[in-house]
Amino acid sequence: MWVDLIVIGVKLAFGLVVLLTTVPIMVWVERRGSALIQDRLGPNRVGPLGLFQPIVDVVKLLAKEVITPAGVRPLLYILAPAIAVIVALSTFIAIPIGKDSGLELFGHAVNGFIVAPDLNIGLLYVFAIASFGVYPLLLAGWSSDNKYALLGGVRASAQAISYEIAMIIAIVGVLMSSGTLRLQQIVDAQSGVWMGFLPHWNVFSQPIGALIFMVAVFAETNRLPFDLPEADAELVAGYHTEYSSIRFAAFYMSEYLHMTVAASLVTVLFLGGWNLPWIDIPFEGWAGALLSMGVFGIKVATLLWFFVWVRWTLPRFRYDQLMALGWKVMVPLAVLNFLWVGVAMALGYM
Amino acid sequence: MVTIIFLVAAAIAVVFAVLTVVPRDPTKNVLSLVIMSFAMAAVFAILGMDFLAAIQIIVYSGAVLVLFLFVIMLLKIRRIEALGSGRPVQALLGALVAAGIGGMMLVVAGLLLPLQGAVLPGAVETGTAFPIGRALLSTHLFAFEFITLLLVAAIVGAVYLGKGEEE
Repeated sequence: MWVDLIVIGVKLAFGLVVLLTTVPIMVWVERRGSALIQDRLGPNRVGPLGLFQPIVDVVKLLAKEVITPAGVRPLLYILAPAIAVIVALSTFIAIPIGKDSGLELFGHAVNGFIVAPDLNIGLLYVFAIASFGVYPLLLAGWSSDNKYALLGGVRASAQAISYEIAMIIAIVGVLMSSGTLRLQQIVDAQSGVWMGFLPHWNVFSQPIGALIFMVAVFAETNRLPFDLPEADAELVAGYHTEYSSIRFAAFYMSEYLHMTVAASLVTVLFLGGWNLPWIDIPFEGWAGALLSMGVFGIKVATLLWFFVWVRWTLPRFRYDQLMALGWKVMVPLAVLNFLWVGVAMALGYM
Repeated sequence: MVTIIFLVAAAIAVVFAVLTVVPRDPTKNVLSLVIMSFAMAAVFAILGMDFLAAIQIIVYSGAVLVLFLFVIMLLKIRRIEALGSGRPVQALLGALVAAGIGGMMLVVAGLLLPLQGAVLPGAVETGTAFPIGRALLSTHLFAFEFITLLLVAAIVGAVYLGKGEEE
């Protein structure tokens, strides 16, 4: 009983530390990456290549005054940024980040690198918590008593609901081909080769589904070209206009946490998790576990760079374009992917 | 341990169910409903219905209640009218329905009492997606398809009403 609780505690701490470490790194990558794309230097004064810039940023944000503007609804105003971080952190703990081949820690089975490996609804848990991610945006916008913030919040909710539909239909294809809701088994189902020469990753067998999921993920994380809820050109800063200091930092942090969670999900669902293409490594023991985490990490890092790359390359959509794309293009394509998987499975190609 | 978690979840569900109808501020109502649906999901999970728990959160907290909040914010509703609207028949009917539901629940609770503290019978097999999906597409296929038909009709009606009389 107590040993179980300690094991769960260690896993929680491990997962959260891994996830939280990505935030300062991603802030640095985003700033240097944007500079690279725009032919500037970017932060380069604090530490080598400006590597310590995120630490200085955090100190600055923490040292600023926490302002609660007059006219806000205090409880919701304070809760919103907290919920934003909680939601992002609780999704990640259900994502397997490495292969567990019957490992033991102090004579006790590790039982997978996720907190609840026996949960038979793994993927649904992730989506249940992630679907809650729109509340902080809505609540922040509503409680701020500011028209720009309110517009941002309303846009966020409409956008999240529209893109969630296409996203979930795209997922159904993955669930059908792997036949399980457990994320570890979804990864295992993607080992080996498909059609004789391609890696058996879902991105190759279901390219439309992968594309739709990727686009929907951009919309769900409010990244450009889908950052309508905080469109700087029209809405000042959108839902977090009235936030300062640590509360603003919480929103900023949750955006990067969501990106990492989303990149991990894409890796698990479509990029074969820790499976290497064409090479079949058994990932035995602790060395194997670390190696599998390394493979997983490289895939996630590549996707995160892709997020940055897209943000500084594409302009923002107009709001009607966003809605038209979501409902008139993404949903029908997602259904098409669903049909393709069904037909391919019936004919034995998958 | 499980009993304690159940009691806490049930208490939260009851308290926030009351808070869903009592306050005059619609955002408070909706947010109470969100917390209540989370507590209900916890109760489902304790009973071994993992799938139902996840669906409860995805459908209600994740979609339906977001739409409620969306409408409240869009229309800027700050306060709602007092209950009852001054018609005694409504109050009488409401009390009757409430008493009926309460009595029904007491009877069901009395029937389930011997199972206290146990996982619902058969929950281990029915808690996952597979048996539920199979039941929906075999035993209950007619009801399932009929409900989708009703939903399509409702959507068509909503679009027709929402369009107004432009032409």
